Amino acid sequence: MSRVVARLKDLTKTYEMGSSSVRALDGLSVEFEAGSFWAIMGKSGSGKSTLLNLLGCLDRPTSGSYVLNGRDVAELSDDELSDVRLANIGFIFQSFNLIAELTVQENIELPGFYADVEEEQYVARARELAELVDLSDRLQHKPTELSGGQRQRVAIARALMNDPSIILADEPTGNLDSSTGDQIMDIIKDLNSKGKTILMVTHDEDVAQHAGEHLYLKDGRRQGSL
Amino acid sequence: MTDVWKKVVRGVRLGLKDISRHKMRAFLTMLGVVFGVGSVVAMLAVGEGASKQALEQIKKLGSNNIVINSIKPSSEDQQDAQRSRLSMYGILHADHDRIAESIPVVKRTVPVKLMQKKAALGELNMELRVVGTTAGWFELVRRPLLAGRYLTEGDVLQESGVCVLTEYAARKLLATQNSIGQTLRVGDQAFVIVGIVRNEDAGGGIQVPDQQNDVYIPISSCISRFGEVASQMATGSFQMERVELNKLLVEIDSIENVEPAAKAIQTVLERFHKKKDYEISVPLTLLKQAEDTKRTFNIVLGSIAGISLLVGGIGIMNIMLASVTERTMEIGIRRAIGAKRRHIILQFLIETVVLSGVGGLIGIVFGVTVPKLITIFSGMPTSVPLYAILLSFFIGVSIGIIFGLYPAARAADLDPIEALRHE
Repeated sequence: MSRVVARLKDLTKTYEMGSSSVRALDGLSVEFEAGSFWAIMGKSGSGKSTLLNLLGCLDRPTSGSYVLNGRDVAELSDDELSDVRLANIGFIFQSFNLIAELTVQENIELPGFYADVEEEQYVARARELAELVDLSDRLQHKPTELSGGQRQRVAIARALMNDPSIILADEPTGNLDSSTGDQIMDIIKDLNSKGKTILMVTHDEDVAQHAGEHLYLKDGRRQGSL
Repeated sequence: MTDVWKKVVRGVRLGLKDISRHKMRAFLTMLGVVFGVGSVVAMLAVGEGASKQALEQIKKLGSNNIVINSIKPSSEDQQDAQRSRLSMYGILHADHDRIAESIPVVKRTVPVKLMQKKAALGELNMELRVVGTTAGWFELVRRPLLAGRYLTEGDVLQESGVCVLTEYAARKLLATQNSIGQTLRVGDQAFVIVGIVRNEDAGGGIQVPDQQNDVYIPISSCISRFGEVASQMATGSFQMERVELNKLLVEIDSIENVEPAAKAIQTVLERFHKKKDYEISVPLTLLKQAEDTKRTFNIVLGSIAGISLLVGGIGIMNIMLASVTERTMEIGIRRAIGAKRRHIILQFLIETVVLSGVGGLIGIVFGVTVPKLITIFSGMPTSVPLYAILLSFFIGVSIGIIFGLYPAARAADLDPIEALRHE
């Protein structure tokens, strides 16, 4: 039995919408083990996005606990959450979310820039990561000069910058054609095989097949299966 | 320490990079600060130049000195004199004695008698202002000696027929060092030239006691040779004036005593003159007034320029707010990756500070150049004081910080989830 990276216990998130409140997550409890590859699935409105935001430490739960690497992060301050994101979480978004004004190199460097790392160190690491995702010859290009698949590879390299314990992927192939999507999934699977924990939100059954574990959400609760 | 410095350098570099991506916009944003800082520096330079000129002239009069001038009373008081064709007014020798004896803080008095005479040296002649005075003149009105010597106490006691020429008059009369010992004819009298002094170019409002075309002779010789009555032709009629002393320079022992002494002199003169036929001018008072004026001038000019800086600051804030909206997505990405609020604040703040700093530097170049051009084209004196450069640059950058804070705080307070959703 391997180590648990992230443990959710009775995680609840309610949003106040005027007079009524919406319960986006309703007492969810899950354990994510180190090195596992999870697909988080569900229809829209099932609580996927909310769960992703909570897992990514972008938001705080209304109640319940979220222990990440042995530390309860449910009630941390904004600054502390930023530190947790910086060190532990690598995001891969559906729409890549690269900064258009920065070059590929600078985009990959970004998490290193915010971490207390020497400049020479993160510049070198960015080069290594670019090589890993096969973009060494595009370092000085702007994201707009790249194809969708290349952009997502930049995003993956960026997510790996600070060697996070979790890679959070939000529909990583959603904006890509199927063959490019397959290439991206290959990279993600490769990362997983090297020991990275991958939590991937998707509604695409085919993409979900790549994952070892599945979490089906409905109305903010876990379902056994679809 | 070096770590912090590295981070600052890195931050400024990133700020410059951000700015260089929107050159036109950055330039327009900067304009406000450029003109603000530029006008502060330029206005202070113009003000400083004007007051410096005034102050220098006043200082030439000596801040320990009091100058009493004889003035012709207004025509109404003069009715009697008009009829007799002899007008008598001004400071008397008796006044001189009274001031010298009754006011203890008076260190030195220099009586001055003035008259216009034609003077000739060899073939050349010119109209000179004859200054009958004492040796003390050269100690009060300090002018460098170019040749020969000044007048001495002995000259005055002996009523010697000697004179000292100004450089200007000497040039006009083609007198040189070799002319020392030659005879200058002044009116119908002969004076031996014993010295030549440099004279100041007196331009502007404040009068210095000496003029370009002066010839200095002992006051005793002046009285004995030319008499106390000066006659001149005026509008067809013959006019005669009896003025014992045209000027009395009074040196006071210390600067604190200058103003009380001026009051005492006023009292003494008032008692013996029923007509106001004298005028007391105190360079120190003028100096203080000039400094007051300068201060007021600077405040007024400074505030006008300050307003333009303020407008510049508002311009920066406006652009930065637009920039925050435009870059919401970027802010969301940076926050998701792990940037803290203060990282975002710093990013935007560095940008505004770099903008206003660069704008300030350009503004200083403007502010230094414009007064130079003013001086070249209008001849008005200007002087850029160092404090104006430092002050306006400091204010320019502060305005960048102050007006950059709000947009930066707005950016940092964006909810990362909301910001990421922003397209």
